[in-house]
Amino acid sequence: MLSLWLNVLASGILLGLVYGLIALGLTIIFGVMRVVNFAHGEMVVFGVYVGYWTVRLWNVPIIVAAAIAAVVMFVFGYLLEALIVKRFVNRPHHYQFIVFIGLSLLFSGALLVAFGPDPRPTASQLSFQTVSLGLVTLDLARLQAAATAGLLIALLGAYLKFSSFGRSLRAAADNRLGGLIVGLNIPRVYAVTFGIGAACAGVAGALISPLFDAQPYLAVDFTLLAFVTVIVGGLGSFGGALLGGLVIGVAEAIAALMFTPSMKTALPYALLIIILVFRPRGFFGAKEI
Amino acid sequence: MQKKFDRGLERTRWLAGITVFAVLGLVGMLANPYVISLMTIVLLFTFLGQSWNLMLGIGGQLSIGHALFVGLGAYSVGVLYVKYGISPWVGLLTGMILAGSVGASIAWLSFRFEVRGIYFALLTIAAAEFARIMFSGWEFVGAMQGLFFPAPTGGIEISMLRGDARFYYFVALALAALGIIGTEFISRSYLGYVWRAMRDDESAARALGVRTFQHKILVISISAATAAAGGGVLALVQGSIFPDSIMGMGLSVDVLIGPVVGGLGTTFGPLVGSLAAIPLNHLMSALGDSLRIPGLNNITYGVVLISVVWFLPDGIWPAIVRLCKAIQAPPTALLWQSRKVEE
Repeated sequence: MLSLWLNVLASGILLGLVYGLIALGLTIIFGVMRVVNFAHGEMVVFGVYVGYWTVRLWNVPIIVAAAIAAVVMFVFGYLLEALIVKRFVNRPHHYQFIVFIGLSLLFSGALLVAFGPDPRPTASQLSFQTVSLGLVTLDLARLQAAATAGLLIALLGAYLKFSSFGRSLRAAADNRLGGLIVGLNIPRVYAVTFGIGAACAGVAGALISPLFDAQPYLAVDFTLLAFVTVIVGGLGSFGGALLGGLVIGVAEAIAALMFTPSMKTALPYALLIIILVFRPRGFFGAKEI
Repeated sequence: MQKKFDRGLERTRWLAGITVFAVLGLVGMLANPYVISLMTIVLLFTFLGQSWNLMLGIGGQLSIGHALFVGLGAYSVGVLYVKYGISPWVGLLTGMILAGSVGASIAWLSFRFEVRGIYFALLTIAAAEFARIMFSGWEFVGAMQGLFFPAPTGGIEISMLRGDARFYYFVALALAALGIIGTEFISRSYLGYVWRAMRDDESAARALGVRTFQHKILVISISAATAAAGGGVLALVQGSIFPDSIMGMGLSVDVLIGPVVGGLGTTFGPLVGSLAAIPLNHLMSALGDSLRIPGLNNITYGVVLISVVWFLPDGIWPAIVRLCKAIQAPPTALLWQSRKVEE
């Protein structure tokens, strides 16, 4: 019994790290640009497809697929911001939301056109391998995904904290006008921020491609999951995204064990409603909307 | 001068409204079954759009979970009629009360703790998704297998709200007309002014003595109750209820497309927007089916939404109004307008 619980807990934590990476992408975009990326789930699914195709075509390890997804999605996010999103950054929130709903419909339609509605399992040897650590047995794909996600979160945190670009990004997040006054290239900062956010989603997608079948309809679930995670942690907070991811991952795993599978999907929303009611800004979010 | 001009415009508005509904009535009597069924959906979504529009366009609260209220209305009608044989009129009323109180409690919970703006929008999504998953697992209401209405017997029964496609077309037409008249009435009443003031600047409205907390709850529960009425009729028209289609994110998006495309906060916007967007969507999904390209309609909707916000941020209807004014206005009024812009 103890071993079962430990296993469930461990797999929840591992998946939670990946959720944390997805949420981090959303929270960075929101924190800097004050824009809620409603098409985030589609970006995750783009990553899943990048993982699926690279593994299928060149049979590379998932890590390489994740690196490819990072580059592809960074360029995608950068261009998307520079071409479309930047025109709406200063509009009222509901207009932005509607634009992003439009983008999400556009992307999911494009995914359907390109790949069709059928799920495609990424047939990787990795999906079946396991590692035993005492009482706990972990599957390798999950462990690898979580380790990579954790490493990336740490690297990104360090980059934003210590690099000169990280400083300007945080400055832009704190005070846009002030940043403009001291000569920050705000449009570039925004485009790079959006690129980083999209890259986080893409990498996470590629990392979980051995665990989830690639399918366009996954996108809505990932978008909502990312929202729940980010709100539980607090919109715009770096540590909050990570904590939110872990909480949601563990909660999902426990709910699947204790209740019926449908409860597993309902629980994050119930959690979200409770958190919004008692702690509207999440665990760490303090910023005014 | 300006006042006289406004009165002229007012008359044109009424004439335009009556003409539109006369044409729609004629459509109902003459058109073929395909057009009738398509237009029924257009009119129902006009009504649902009005309800959503009341919340954002006038009340200033963004809801992306309107499917929750639509679904509650649909399930109230469905459960009472299919399980107990109770008239849909009772179901509609129950659904409106139910959705109104759910809307009021969501609003109460969130505004009590100053959950606003984006957080409120996300809360509505969360509530809708939570309800959808709960209903998908609830055996009594049919779970994922859905709930089916018995096939119509052919005759028109007003007391049971049952009839053929043409009957439902006129029910939908009546609802849409009611929605338009109601919106016009509300936006000219005391409440309309208060809500618009609250939408534009909540703190200022509060400083002037508006009890914004109560008013926000009121506008949301009215919007929720009307959405439930639309949902109940939608369920009757479709003849079946599935949690994923009546409570899913997709329906919430369908509800907001009409008013956004047509014009936020305007009376005729939802009608114009639904008339433009829904037939386009049907055309594109038919095209996608015949070309074997799934997702074509999603792409079209996406492009339409983005380009409306990009090029016509206040929607199609205000653009039409501007055009009419430019044609109709006497030169002095135009002069007056241009002077106003210069100021």
